[in-house]
Amino acid sequence: MALADRINSLSRRLPTWPVYILVAAWVAWLFWLGLSGQLGPEPINTLERKYGLFALQLLVAGLAVTPLRTWTGVNLIRFRRAIGVSAFFVVLAHFSVWALLDVQRLGAIWADIVKRPYVTVGFLSFLLLIPLAMTSNTWSVRRLGPRWRQLHKLTYPALLLGGLHFWWLTKGWQWEPLLYLGGIVALLSLRIRLGARRRPTRARTV
Amino acid sequence: MAHRWTNDLTRADATPRALWLNRRQIMAGLAAGGAVGSALPAAAQAALEPNPIEDIRTYNNFYEFGTGKDDPARNADAMVIEPWSIEVDGLVDNPGTWSLADLMDGLTVEERIYRFRCVEAWSMVVPWNGVELADVLAKVGVNPEAKFVAFETVVQPENMPGVRRQVIPFPYVEGLRLDEAMHPLTILATGIYGEPMAKQNGAPIRLVVPWKYGFKSIKSIVRISLVEEEPPATWNIINPREYGFYSNVNPEVDHPRWSQATERRIGGGLFSPRQDTLMFNGYPEVASLYEGMDLAEFY
Repeated sequence: MALADRINSLSRRLPTWPVYILVAAWVAWLFWLGLSGQLGPEPINTLERKYGLFALQLLVAGLAVTPLRTWTGVNLIRFRRAIGVSAFFVVLAHFSVWALLDVQRLGAIWADIVKRPYVTVGFLSFLLLIPLAMTSNTWSVRRLGPRWRQLHKLTYPALLLGGLHFWWLTKGWQWEPLLYLGGIVALLSLRIRLGARRRPTRARTV
Repeated sequence: MAHRWTNDLTRADATPRALWLNRRQIMAGLAAGGAVGSALPAAAQAALEPNPIEDIRTYNNFYEFGTGKDDPARNADAMVIEPWSIEVDGLVDNPGTWSLADLMDGLTVEERIYRFRCVEAWSMVVPWNGVELADVLAKVGVNPEAKFVAFETVVQPENMPGVRRQVIPFPYVEGLRLDEAMHPLTILATGIYGEPMAKQNGAPIRLVVPWKYGFKSIKSIVRISLVEEEPPATWNIINPREYGFYSNVNPEVDHPRWSQATERRIGGGLFSPRQDTLMFNGYPEVASLYEGMDLAEFY
């Protein structure tokens, strides 16, 4: 546990705001690369994919915080809000590039959401994340009380839909989206087991 | 032989290399200076302009080298293309193993500037150099019973990281109906911009069928078979609902997962507008091949 303790004491001294700055800077930098012709001959598709993948990675990272604490003792819970809110920001960037730069026409955007299953699930995932991003502040946590925890379980279906969205849009038998989908399912099933184990003790601690 | 078909896309034959290497900057300069002006509508005019060579060489689908668009440019160098021979078999008069040189000997290599439309709804304009497939078929002698032509791509597992990963079944195979194969638009290409074809583009010899989605235009061909029955085609085997045997470019028949009504020309930058996809990719002269066929059924 020595290593975990050292990481924990280090992370307690670190501020969380650089997460927002770093993620926003990365999003802006990539956009600039696209703008200046440094993302290859098809920057729209590249940008869309890179934003989408990074958003999924951040969401998975947010989901991994609790199991990480339970199984290794490494406690990064202080960073979870920053990770989650940044993830939403990247999802928003991904959605905006798709809608404004890729599809371009309002009618076609709606038609795609309704007609194309992989777009539908991606859009649903985005919708589920909106109330989560809006309530990721101390005021909302206090105001909502126990309901906040309930509400934020929406990350689970949002992540499943996000993973499905990734798998659905690829051609052929590609391992990468399957790996993400498998990871998401694994992390979620860990939570279900954790929840079942923790429930009896919760009455005492709350 | 050859010269049966006249380009509607033109390029001065003598364009110096330095010019086409910098085409995009030059065109941007001309457009800014108002030097480009003609009776053609803006969209058609844009279509006349071949993509710069770096677009054509860096944005490819060649799953033998990986699924990323830039994977082929990174990995294709390992493919061995010399010596190259093509197995010609099936219902032909002169079956056997043909060296590439023998197969091309005496045939006219022409420049064909074609629109190239990927099933993924992006497109390019490519100045191919090649011979009409019809001329190659005449050379090997097609038996009257033959109804289809089947093609196969090389497999070099040690040189092809994608083959080792089995993303799709290999070897990649494709096929055409004989009348499609004999159409003067159908070529076997060996070069682009007057230079030998880059490996990621399907060197040393590939099929180009400009009115069909790009995946029909099979790369790095090692086998050509004349057959009686419709031959297997890789994407059609993987997902017959998404990829038909014909796969003619058709803005009215959507891919189940996305619309085929519009496309984006590669190379237009971050704010590149979509343009309408044309029936048969703008080659209406092939429509007679499909007379009486329901193209929504035979997609």
